[in-house]
Amino acid sequence: MSAELVIKDLWAQVEDKVILKGAGLTVGTGEIHALMGPNGSGKSTLANVLMGNPFYQVQRGEVLYKGEDLLAMAPDERARKGLFIAFQYPVSIPGVTMASFLRTAVSARRGLDKDKLMGLAEFQKLIKAKVEELQVDPSILGRYVNEGFSGGEKKRAEILQMAVLAPEIAIMDETDSGLDVDAVKIVAAGVNRMYELSGKKMGVLVITHYPRILKYIRPTRVHVMFDGRIVTSGTEELADELDRIGYDGIRAQYEKVAAEVAGEGEIRSAGKVFWVKH
Amino acid sequence: MAVTNPLGIDLDQYKFGFHDPEDKYAFKSRKGLDREIVETISHMKSEPDWMRAVRLHSLGIFEKKPNPTWGGNVGEIDFNDIYYYVKPAENQGKTWDDVPADIKRTFDRLGIPEAEKKYLAGVGAQYESEVVYHSLREEWTKQGVIFLDMDSGLREHPDIVREYFGTVIPPEDNKFSALNSAVWSGGSFVYVPEGVHVTIPLQAYFRINAQNMGQFERTLIIAEPGSYVHYVEGCTAPTYTSDSLHSAVVEIIVKEGARVRYTTIQNWSKNVYNLVTKRAVAYRDATMEWVDGNLGSKLTMKYPSVYMLEPGAKGEILSIAFAGEGQHQDPGGKVIHAAPHTQSSVVSKSISKSGGRAGYRGLVKVYPGAHGSKCAVRCDALILDDKSRSDTYPTMEIDETDVQVTHEATVSKVSDEQLFYLMSRGVNQDEAMNMIVRGFIEPISRELPMEYSVELNRLIALEMEGSVG
Repeated sequence: MSAELVIKDLWAQVEDKVILKGAGLTVGTGEIHALMGPNGSGKSTLANVLMGNPFYQVQRGEVLYKGEDLLAMAPDERARKGLFIAFQYPVSIPGVTMASFLRTAVSARRGLDKDKLMGLAEFQKLIKAKVEELQVDPSILGRYVNEGFSGGEKKRAEILQMAVLAPEIAIMDETDSGLDVDAVKIVAAGVNRMYELSGKKMGVLVITHYPRILKYIRPTRVHVMFDGRIVTSGTEELADELDRIGYDGIRAQYEKVAAEVAGEGEIRSAGKVFWVKH
Repeated sequence: MAVTNPLGIDLDQYKFGFHDPEDKYAFKSRKGLDREIVETISHMKSEPDWMRAVRLHSLGIFEKKPNPTWGGNVGEIDFNDIYYYVKPAENQGKTWDDVPADIKRTFDRLGIPEAEKKYLAGVGAQYESEVVYHSLREEWTKQGVIFLDMDSGLREHPDIVREYFGTVIPPEDNKFSALNSAVWSGGSFVYVPEGVHVTIPLQAYFRINAQNMGQFERTLIIAEPGSYVHYVEGCTAPTYTSDSLHSAVVEIIVKEGARVRYTTIQNWSKNVYNLVTKRAVAYRDATMEWVDGNLGSKLTMKYPSVYMLEPGAKGEILSIAFAGEGQHQDPGGKVIHAAPHTQSSVVSKSISKSGGRAGYRGLVKVYPGAHGSKCAVRCDALILDDKSRSDTYPTMEIDETDVQVTHEATVSKVSDEQLFYLMSRGVNQDEAMNMIVRGFIEPISRELPMEYSVELNRLIALEMEGSVG
């Protein structure tokens, strides 16, 4: 079964606030998707819902991963089946070193029995290779998970985890935000290398506010999210256009559609923005 | 990975709740405590008169002193329903083959002989009231190190024992130190000559077997100037429906420039009252370190103390408490600055779950004139569910202005964000919870020799089983 992620009409809320309002997207094997949108449009919510963050409640919709009901799985099961998210704000785990955390995680990902760990020599070889590839300071391995990490260190640590766990579908939740250009290049190079290593089979969903990172990770498709749903999709050129007209331009188109829908109608579009009644 | 378990901990649910038959015991006193029982103990041990006098004097104090009204509920202890002296075997073994078969099997199950071969300098194994096995490697004997059970210590080195016994913790100190002084039996006598560094640990293991048993070991450690020793103790008991009592007294003298580390990992079954008095005096530039792990027992009240009596003395207390269902852990520590330029630090980590109660009770005392002294106290509590409780009772009595004293305390719950983060990497929920707890106690577990920290982590994992609903 190919590692295909199919999101259909997904609605989700936090406490009483509905954030996702019919999001739909398919990430196929070997495809790189960019999901763009202004702050508060629901991009991070989508990422967290896909990983099973208990803070978010799914109201309706469906997500199929490798043909299975993803929403019925616990987060750890999703991860063991090859889904990964690089978090925007990773939490710290005091007292647990990166090395011991990575070893536990990779052992789980590789399906070792409960309480069994990957052999130390094998693990050290793996981690050494990944640390070198990603140009991560190896001293990070002896530090506690995310504890006292700078913003850039956190992002790199997320990418290191991604590289070690070798996911089939990787979601990058604003991994580029807060990084300088050089750091963005390193992160992008890491993702590209993993993509190559996977035989171009890994699916990637790059969530970003800025088109900048898309210069280094070339997307198959670009989507724009607005008010909890994807309002337009296209090729790389869409990112360029977004760069030109900005989210305000998209917002103007969206407001026009929304006004028409308020009148009547199942499907409306304005410019590149479309609206489908759910 | 081959894992030894020096303290006899296994992943099965309290695997050491079993007990042995008592039919071959050499002697078992009747229940209850009075003058006759105390005299019987002293007589059977063929003690000098002065010790018999100490015991009888202490009995009087015990009878007069009321129970403490703070801490845990000790009022439920029926002192008349306890066996105060039980002698399981006639003689102490010099080799494990000398130890009665049932008892040897118990210590095999606890992994003690194996640990002894691998990484210990000496071992004492106490079963009920008596030490049934004792050893010290020849290289340390040759250097003049003495490691005996306390009864042998009194017999073979009466002058040293008489000089120090009861000087750090007199019977008048508290009700339970009086009780111990009246009926003590077993425990360790450790003497490290000047300048000798015992580079690998000495270990004592305490096992209660009989129901309604009272175990009252007495330990005395004397570290001569410039010496070093690390003493480790572990303990288990069978699970019974009625309660047992463990009430030890540990006195430590750390002379100039010496360093003593005393590590306890207490894993009594959940029907044992564990009421222990532990205290060290540290002289010029001496260092005393208590590493105190409390995981078992029904109620533990134990506050290892360091009295810094001369300039440059240092005290360090690391305390871990884990309280599950039906458990009350009331540990802590005391640091007494009685001289200038003394330094202390206290780190306490308590974890409570399933309705358990754990915390920290401590005293920092700085006497007038102890100028230039420093003390840092840090207490962290981790509460795993809404039924459980954490208490912190820090007391500070600072009677000197030229000192630096800091106190930090935190109470936290395992956050859903942390659990989700770990699970998002494929770690299952139980293991994720374990990792967070292990991380919480890491500042203390990293201080333990590797074998013990591995075992401590396994014990925590055992206690944590099923804690995630």
